[in-house]
Amino acid sequence: MFGTYLRRELVGRRKQTVIIAIGMALAIALVILVQSFSAGVKNAQASVLESVYGVGTDITVSQTPEAPSGEPGGGGGAGRFDFGADDGTTTDDGSTAVSQSRLAAERGTETFDAAALDSVLTVNNVAAASATLALTNTTFDGELPDFSEVRSGGAPGDGAAPASGGADGAGGSSFDVNSFTVLGLDPSGDSVGPLSSVTLADGRGLDADDAESTVAILDSSYATSAELAVGDTLNIGGTDFEVVGTVTSTSADATTASNVYIPLGVAQSVAGLEGMVSTISVQAASSTAIAQVKSDIEAALPDATVSSQEDLASSVSGSLASASTLISQLGTWLSLAVLVAAFALAILFTISGVTRRTREFGTLKAIGWSNRRIIGQVAGESTVQALIGGVIGVVVGLGAILIINAAGITLGASATSSTGPGGVGSPGGAGPGGGFGGAAAAVAQTTDVVLNAPITATVIAIAAGIALIGGLLAGAFGGWRAARLRPAEALRSVS
Amino acid sequence: MYTLTDVTKTYTQGKRTVVALDKVSLEIPDGQMVAIQGPTGGGKSTLLQMLGALDRPSTGTITFRSNDLSAAGESTLTGVRATDIGIVFQSFNLIPTLTAQENVEMALVPLGVGTAERATRARDALASVGLDERGGHLPSELSGGQQQRVAIARALVKRPAVLLADEPTGALDESTRDEIMDLLEKMWTELGLTLIVVTHDSAVARRAQRRLHIKNGHVKDVA
Repeated sequence: MFGTYLRRELVGRRKQTVIIAIGMALAIALVILVQSFSAGVKNAQASVLESVYGVGTDITVSQTPEAPSGEPGGGGGAGRFDFGADDGTTTDDGSTAVSQSRLAAERGTETFDAAALDSVLTVNNVAAASATLALTNTTFDGELPDFSEVRSGGAPGDGAAPASGGADGAGGSSFDVNSFTVLGLDPSGDSVGPLSSVTLADGRGLDADDAESTVAILDSSYATSAELAVGDTLNIGGTDFEVVGTVTSTSADATTASNVYIPLGVAQSVAGLEGMVSTISVQAASSTAIAQVKSDIEAALPDATVSSQEDLASSVSGSLASASTLISQLGTWLSLAVLVAAFALAILFTISGVTRRTREFGTLKAIGWSNRRIIGQVAGESTVQALIGGVIGVVVGLGAILIINAAGITLGASATSSTGPGGVGSPGGAGPGGGFGGAAAAVAQTTDVVLNAPITATVIAIAAGIALIGGLLAGAFGGWRAARLRPAEALRSVS
Repeated sequence: MYTLTDVTKTYTQGKRTVVALDKVSLEIPDGQMVAIQGPTGGGKSTLLQMLGALDRPSTGTITFRSNDLSAAGESTLTGVRATDIGIVFQSFNLIPTLTAQENVEMALVPLGVGTAERATRARDALASVGLDERGGHLPSELSGGQQQRVAIARALVKRPAVLLADEPTGALDESTRDEIMDLLEKMWTELGLTLIVVTHDSAVARRAQRRLHIKNGHVKDVA
């Protein structure tokens, strides 16, 4: 009888049912959208972070860089290029071709003693840890004019044509400055760290035997742009490295953490940074242990900057970060407001329905229906109304998610990191033999991520839960109102 | 069946206290047909509500089949209403969204009667009031007289000891009034009920074995 009565009431009071269901559907669709978007943005952030820090990295340890000195060429960049009188190759026209590579710590990073890795490995619940050294290789490649001729060409004001061209103002010179990022890492460990989020595209990866070898693997995008392939030679910091493999990011949306990967020991040696590292990637034994591991590392390494994935997420900028902010602030509040409005609507309509049915409930009490049975009836009706709204809301919400996913919204993201590939270097000094400022001015990896809002069982469960809570809440208020009716008074009511 | 001793019922309306029943003492034996008459506001409906376990007196006691209704808790009163008392209202009070059959079945729900038995008993009750062909109709598809028959079937389907009727013919024309009263009398006779009818209508009251007149909260037997 409960079901028959409930069905007849819902059909008989169609207007109330439709209004409550629509209100609940709107709220639930919005909650589903916000939840799903939120998960999508989090996934996108994780994807960006994984491309920088690797899959499974829970914590990173680095050192906050000191403020730049302000001097040209300072700030941990590639340093100065110094050419002696005999450097370069003089050509027939008297100009001198010079080329020099310098490998230095990436701008914006601070190196610290590699012994920190041992300290990290002694911390409880650390499953794995590996150290990396982020470097930037800057290559000066150019041609300098015959300065003796320039000088003998006439003094200023003697009518001779001024020298032309040349970024250094010397005239007749031309040079290229190229830079790429180099990551020194433990060749035997790829369970944690940047190489955990790459897949081999060609050749081979690094292994323990490569610890002392001048071998390199390249990001395949960089290899393509630099026209390099497996078997070629790449000059890094004045040392020739053999390209043994190329890698791509496991995420379709991101490039890998660096342009070039070389064994850590070799990187330290070529860069003149023996025994130094710039980042330690740490994997905790379990997600529940992350806080404890972070806190213990902070205690063990008081000067270090210890960041969890949560901290790192805040380093993601760009439109992805804007989307994240929009969802976490506007989206959450909007869905909360609509949810409260839908609940209030359901409660008010249920109470109003009970008031309109005062004599009906009085009659039911007169024929022996208990308060509990009447409350159950009212709660059942409002719960079914809310669940109808819930089903509609889920369908609308999922439809909207599918449409948005099909639209393929692309968000730009930059993950500021101490290991991200640097930008192109810029000249820091002037004239031949001048120094060059830090080549890697920006330490951010910019990538486009296609937003994919996931449809998960959790989202559906949340929607069902909200509908159930909304219905029960409205039913509780309506039922309480019905239970308070005294039969004698209810029967006197005029409906 | 009923013993009322010094039953007083007062209502507070703002600062004013209205005495609906004033020290009413009364005995209604089993199987009696009683008519309660009196002017509007005299206390007829209040007395019927006390007899129907729908309300408790302010003071005094009401004993119904050894149950002290004046001191009973809500669940006891609900139980008494569910099992022993059938009520018929002036405006029928059928649930508009349910069919005649379902309206009658509603009275069996509190008794925990199974679905099949409930349907059979409701069908039989409708047949006993001459509506065996109308079980699937909604109240809005029935005439006033038919709706009151459905209400009588609903009141009787649980086989109560007493049937209370509050102006059962008040909303009906004369011919239908006689039909309904004939039906009530028939049921009273056949089922051995105690029938208590509140009415303005002297023609209806004259059919009763006993007539009570209530005015200003005081009840007296009319010879």
